[in-house]
Amino acid sequence: MIALLTRDLRLAVRAGGGFGLGLAFFLIVVVLVPFGVGPQSALLAKIASGILWLGSLLACLLSLDRIFALDWEDGSLDLLATAPVPLEAAVSIKALAHWLTTGLPLVVAAPVFGMLLNLPGPGYGPVVLSLLLGTPALSVIGTFGAALTVGIKRGGLLLSLLVLPLYVPTLIFGAEVARRGADQMDYSTPMLLLAGISCGAIALLPFASAAVLRVNLR
Amino acid sequence: MASIWEYANPKKFIATTDKLLPWVSALAVVALVSGLIWGFFFTPEDYKQGSTVKIIYLHVPAALMAINAWMMMLVASLVWIVRRHHVSALAARAAAPIGATMTVIALVTGAIWGQPMWGTWWEWDPRLTSFLILFLFYLGYMALWAAIENDDTAADLTSILCLVGSVFALLSRYAVNFWNQGLHQGASLSLDKEEHVNDVYYYPLLVCIAGFILLFVALVFLRTQTEIRARRTRALLARERLGQ
Amino acid sequence: MELTVTDLAVARGGVPVLEGVSFTVMAGEALVLRGPNGCGKTTLLRTVAGLQPALAGQIGLEREAMAYAGHSDGIKAVLSVRENLQFWADVFATGSIEPALEAFDLNGLKDRPAGSLSAGQKRRLGLARMVVTGRPVWVLDEPTVSLDVSAVEMFAGAVRTHLRGGGLALMATHIDLGLDEARVLDVRPFKAKAPALDDFDGAFL
Repeated sequence: MIALLTRDLRLAVRAGGGFGLGLAFFLIVVVLVPFGVGPQSALLAKIASGILWLGSLLACLLSLDRIFALDWEDGSLDLLATAPVPLEAAVSIKALAHWLTTGLPLVVAAPVFGMLLNLPGPGYGPVVLSLLLGTPALSVIGTFGAALTVGIKRGGLLLSLLVLPLYVPTLIFGAEVARRGADQMDYSTPMLLLAGISCGAIALLPFASAAVLRVNLR
Repeated sequence: MASIWEYANPKKFIATTDKLLPWVSALAVVALVSGLIWGFFFTPEDYKQGSTVKIIYLHVPAALMAINAWMMMLVASLVWIVRRHHVSALAARAAAPIGATMTVIALVTGAIWGQPMWGTWWEWDPRLTSFLILFLFYLGYMALWAAIENDDTAADLTSILCLVGSVFALLSRYAVNFWNQGLHQGASLSLDKEEHVNDVYYYPLLVCIAGFILLFVALVFLRTQTEIRARRTRALLARERLGQ
Repeated sequence: MELTVTDLAVARGGVPVLEGVSFTVMAGEALVLRGPNGCGKTTLLRTVAGLQPALAGQIGLEREAMAYAGHSDGIKAVLSVRENLQFWADVFATGSIEPALEAFDLNGLKDRPAGSLSAGQKRRLGLARMVVTGRPVWVLDEPTVSLDVSAVEMFAGAVRTHLRGGGLALMATHIDLGLDEARVLDVRPFKAKAPALDDFDGAFL
């Protein structure tokens, strides 16, 4: 299992496109928003936490189809399915690799991008915290979507259509934590709910992902 | 040996629904026509809402059916996963566009009602938002069915999506409630007599709901028959190829 | 160790292609499946390897005993030959990759990125993976495609070593494998017959 994780990380770093692309996309979203809504810093400060959450969600979405598509094309997925690693574990490892290469860099970069958006001072902690708690759920849910669409040629658009509605609860609670934090309100309730969603998704969704992957492999 | 599962045989299902379909359709028409006429022309106008209140006879039944259609798909998906009856998977597939249409009807009638009442066509109210999200779930479910060629694969994948989607739809419902407390009035119907709308509006509404349920059943029967026949056609074509 | 397949029926895309397939492969034995294109050899192999469910019949061994190599080799272009092989060795927890490199003469290539290999060299890497798995049953689909004469000999040698070690092999091919001792099974007689037209049951076919 460690072997699978190191291989996926190595592939993401070497193949290019996987590792930096999500971050670059996040940066572009953050840069484009002021062009769209105007440069008033008061307005930007108000919507900054929401933009950061939307940006990371979209950046996550962008790299989802890479989770299984490459392994599917070159036949590795068949070989993995016959390997002694249970498919549920393989799926979880893949989600973890996706989070390490996409989610974690977004969490780390969020404060810098928050500065660009004039995020109010007390907002930094909650934004980073909510992303840290929420992005694992995004990766795990996205892995489920990627497993669903792995056999479909040019399934990228379908993948977004399937995954985005599933992202709604995570986005709502995550953005709520960030917003309340920026407004210096108590954010413990949405934070606990967000953590609950992440834990539930991590615990249960790999079974669904492995099941659909088995269906797609036959 | 009489068992409910014998209707899972496609032939038996078509034979039975062929017999039931005219009756169900006729009852649906009777209930809808009488319910709507009763509701539209023979109920008093609301002292606050005027005649706009009468859109309730479309709005509430459509909203109910939008949710119940998803419930039916969930049950049918579970039956497919557990017992592998093809008719069940096809019935779930058949119900999805009907449910999606009901969702649209509920949203549109809601907007038409909301404009004079709240002064806005759309408001990010929890109930409205939940329905919009439900509509997205319907879209994804139908798109997945359409995207996969192999029928059994599609049935397996969509039923798992339906299961996972149900959990997340429920989560979204509560998340949205948390996110914004809304304008929408409380439930129009409730078992508690004190709570629900006045009797004058209540009885025609019940007739309309019965009409919508019957309409839904008739449409599901019809569409499932179509799906079974389409599936049979594909199977026959595959059989031709096999013969070569 | 023996692989016994009894009355197996397999389907491709929901359509039955082979039925009533029965054979036994003893330890130290290789069985070659033959038949025209599209007759269901690949489907049969994938079913035996546990990648798809059988319509009917039994497969006498657990899927944990099988190592499968299909048309594509599962090679990552940006990883070196050694890294590719080491990954599978780690996944199957078998340790050393040296015998596999040796058997397919990959020692000279082991630090090259796999993406820069020729088709035949990639195939050799894909087959070397079978040695690394350490599993007793090799299920091989067209193993010698794009291999030259000397590489086919390497392959035959690797299979013989595997068989001597008590393993067994099940292969599908059109081309000569250089394994004259292997038993041949023609799958054409097992072609599935279309069911009666009025058999309108749950399976639609």
